[in-house]
Amino acid sequence: MTPKSNILKKLDWPLIIIYFLLVIIGWVNIYAVNYDPNIPNMFALSIRSGSQLMWICIGIILFIIIITMIPSKLFISFSWWLYFFSLILLAAVLFFGKEINGSKSWFMIGPLSFQPSEISKISTSLLLASVMGKFNFKLSNRRDFFKAFLIIGVPILLIALEPDFGTVLVYCGLILVFYREGMTGWVISLLLFFALLFILTLKFSTFVSILFVFGVFGLMKAIFSNKFFTNIIKYTVFVALVSFIPRLLEKFEFLRFMNSEYYALIIGGILVIIDSYKNLKIKQKYINSLLISCLLSLMLIFSVRIIYDKVLKEHHRDRIENLLGITHDLRGAGYNVNQSKIAIGSGGLSGKGFLQGTQTKFDFVPEQSTDFIFCTIGEEWGFVGSFIVVILYLLLILKIISLAEKQKERQSRIYGYCVASCFFVHSVVNIGMTLGLFPVVGIPLPFISYGGSSFITFSLLLFIFIKIDLERWK
Amino acid sequence: MNFESNNKRIYLTIGISIIFILIIIQLLHIQIFDNSYKVSAQNNALRYETQYPVRGLILDRNDKILVGNKNTYDIIVTPYDAKNFDTTALCNTFSLDREKVREKFSYYRRYRTHIGYQQKTFLKQVNEKQYSLFIEQQEKFPGFSGIPRTTRKYPYNAGGNLLGYIAEVNPKFLKKHSEYTSGDYHGITGIEEICEKKLKGEKGYNIYLRDSKNKIQSHYKNGVFDQATIPGTNIHSTIDAELQNYGELLMQNKVGSIVAIDPSTGEVLSMVSSPGINVSILAEINKHYNQLIKDPLKPMFNRAVMSPQPPGSVFKIVNGLIAQQEGVLTPDMKYSCHDGYHTKGLTIGCHHHRSPLNMREAIMMSCNAYFCNVYRSILENPKYNEDFDKSFDVWANYVRSFGFGNNLNTDIPHEQKGFVPSSIYYDKIYGQGHWNAVSNLSLAIGQGELGCTPLHLANLCAIIANKGYYYIPHIIQYDETSDNQNINRFDKKHYCMVDSVYFDSIIDGMERAVNSNYGEGATAVIAKVKGLNICGKTGTAENPHGDEHSVFICFAPRKNPKIAIAVYIENAGFGSTWAAPIASLMTEKYLTREISPNRKWLENKILNANLLYKVLLGKKAINKKH
Repeated sequence: MTPKSNILKKLDWPLIIIYFLLVIIGWVNIYAVNYDPNIPNMFALSIRSGSQLMWICIGIILFIIIITMIPSKLFISFSWWLYFFSLILLAAVLFFGKEINGSKSWFMIGPLSFQPSEISKISTSLLLASVMGKFNFKLSNRRDFFKAFLIIGVPILLIALEPDFGTVLVYCGLILVFYREGMTGWVISLLLFFALLFILTLKFSTFVSILFVFGVFGLMKAIFSNKFFTNIIKYTVFVALVSFIPRLLEKFEFLRFMNSEYYALIIGGILVIIDSYKNLKIKQKYINSLLISCLLSLMLIFSVRIIYDKVLKEHHRDRIENLLGITHDLRGAGYNVNQSKIAIGSGGLSGKGFLQGTQTKFDFVPEQSTDFIFCTIGEEWGFVGSFIVVILYLLLILKIISLAEKQKERQSRIYGYCVASCFFVHSVVNIGMTLGLFPVVGIPLPFISYGGSSFITFSLLLFIFIKIDLERWK
Repeated sequence: MNFESNNKRIYLTIGISIIFILIIIQLLHIQIFDNSYKVSAQNNALRYETQYPVRGLILDRNDKILVGNKNTYDIIVTPYDAKNFDTTALCNTFSLDREKVREKFSYYRRYRTHIGYQQKTFLKQVNEKQYSLFIEQQEKFPGFSGIPRTTRKYPYNAGGNLLGYIAEVNPKFLKKHSEYTSGDYHGITGIEEICEKKLKGEKGYNIYLRDSKNKIQSHYKNGVFDQATIPGTNIHSTIDAELQNYGELLMQNKVGSIVAIDPSTGEVLSMVSSPGINVSILAEINKHYNQLIKDPLKPMFNRAVMSPQPPGSVFKIVNGLIAQQEGVLTPDMKYSCHDGYHTKGLTIGCHHHRSPLNMREAIMMSCNAYFCNVYRSILENPKYNEDFDKSFDVWANYVRSFGFGNNLNTDIPHEQKGFVPSSIYYDKIYGQGHWNAVSNLSLAIGQGELGCTPLHLANLCAIIANKGYYYIPHIIQYDETSDNQNINRFDKKHYCMVDSVYFDSIIDGMERAVNSNYGEGATAVIAKVKGLNICGKTGTAENPHGDEHSVFICFAPRKNPKIAIAVYIENAGFGSTWAAPIASLMTEKYLTREISPNRKWLENKILNANLLYKVLLGKKAINKKH
């Protein structure tokens, strides 16, 4: 039993201050979004800022309870139960949930509603920490890796069935935890490379992406082998020559029995195989993984079309095309983002002032108190305000990472990284979406977006970590 | 903390920070450096002005306009800005009630937070005169403006059922069709509906920057994001406008329908259903809708394709063809008629004429007895060994090959299948093995358990004109888009099961029915036109509730026929009295473009005839029974 005054000394105050700053900014802005001159009372429960305040108070109470009354070991011990409980909820919502905006992700019980995918964030993080934090757990061991993969994979699958791709993305952010705990950085690089290929294929063409892949292959080979310049020259010449193929196809009809991308694929494939033959014989280490990555990349490129047309829904496609500049539809799919950018852009350096935002006041931006809340900050507080909020999130994440690194127990560190990655994905994707840097997905901005369910979840996520952090003083 | 994990921590920190820096750069870009997002201190905002596309025209086969467009205007208002306007002048310009204006504006006031800066439609479909008056005094009406719309105009009365009409979308429609928004129009019934996708075009919009007074400041980004409207595609129908108009005139005050086809292509030249909907009320159909629904004569019901009835005597031709194909009939075979056909337990009457007759004469004079014999000979053909299930189904198959009993897969909406019975039908009534040709002998003369629409009959006429095949009837010829018209189902010939050699003798009979001299017993002499070799067949369909229905099919000229027509008039008596004259007038009008002077009396008689009372009497009789 630690006396309260000791607790007060051990708590990490900078973190708590950042938290409160974000919460207050959020509350004030929710009020600004729904400002109705007829109800000037900020605290009235009938308006959103009032109910958000209620959740804030509940949050404070929970904070006190967790810090003073619940032993931190409890969270880890119950992690399996919590996890399975949330899995059951995730499965149940597919049948009993209410369908909102095309996905079944909410439970409605009377006036209250919550998303099981939120609760699952906490339980998955705890379980991941518990399992990966065990002494003999090694990511390089296949069984262990598979275990960890499943812990994240099963919720992802259930959430993808709702479908809620935004939250799936949040869970994918946990790959940063894997990286920290031993997985090679090449996996993340490869995944980012795949994302780049996806964009290239959509924005330009399959042919361009294939050339790009072979070019990168050549570059990587050049870097890792002894013959830097030979490889560079070889592959530069290859790319330059093959890039003429579309023009050749235009001129000579008889060549047209095959599309240009298949030409590139075959010629490139032959070159790569011949070129790597020697290296394979000598069994040089890097060549295997390089070849496998090349093959996976090519497979990805060809499956882009299928994924794009069959898996994604039409509004997903519209949003992506708007983002990449393939279409410019300011009224349909592009409407939200365009209005959002206008609202934020109109803030200028110091904003229009509290309650003076016209885009905010006249409801130009849809979903403004939830997903697009950052617009209000941008419009009313300008670059200064936006900058402060962005820095606050950066500080929040870095502070959590710093505390995580100070933990004695591995599982505490892992949990900390889970929390940090969750906040990272949420804040970057949400703000990025309002700025037109990311396609529109419906995920809230932590502590600032309106919504009791998400507010409490984010707060709990943080509070549990703060409590676990207290343990390091023992 | 070992070396590698320290590195990882550093890489993560750097990576995360870089991403945040990218966000800050984008913030700098849109908030500070790129002025186009910056809305000036006067609180500009975007205003979208919808541009409505011109709807496609519907043209007839000779490129005459069946449905055209005329300009009207919608008056829209931005309530936020319309604070001080001249109410009196407004009421005068548009002939409005002060009360109405007050009502509207109190509504706007009540919902002002929801409406905000938006525009609302104040008045719809204001005509050119009112609009120009409005424009002249526009300074008196701040906050008001006009959007040009197009509505339809109808140079020919081609009938509302055929053309269809346009109306504003309602919430139910919007739910099913998300590409429409409130305020759009869409086609309902007829050609307007079938070709809606091509006719509607695409809306466009212009984007402007406006200030807090909703005044346009400039074109947003010089119109780079504007979307141009795409006008609707014109539709060319197969209808002949003059002929259709004429048909509507002839059918005034009668109940029934006309279907005219060009047998060499299947193109429908005219399709009239009476009583129909006069085009003059199409533009304001909502006002008249309730009336139309309650009318006992059902004007919105397209009788040409929706009312299957027993065909009557015109069906004898089908039996004559089947029998020849089955080898049980040759044109020279004679059967006698003693004012009817008499057999054990059953008599089918016939009008008085000389006896016996061969096939051509039987058609010319429409002898019932002859065809009762023909029908029996088909079913009682020894090769079927008195298995009436089998022989009847063979007969039914033949009949279906003429297009009866099914819909013809046309592009005409609400096409009904009609009815051709099968042996199972009779098995259920009489029990298998307990019925024979006499049980359903009425089928010989087209009465009883048969249902054909006038479209089926016109199609039959086309088959006869072509001597054995038809093209699927259609009312859309083509539309003016460049993409592939895959309506190639209309290019195929569909053959019936009777060889073409057997048609000549039938056609001889039909020719004589019209072109014989008076007194020779032909039933359709009234349809004779000098110089046009019209070949036709009368029909009189029995009706238990009143006078018989008058039916007539004909085609002309005999060589290289250009028109095949079926006319069906309800409760009008003999086929020769009403249906035949109408068909012949239509044929004459189509082929020679005018009615010859010695037939003008017939035209006048038809134009002035009013047969509605007969139909209403019949309906009263039905109602009394219940």
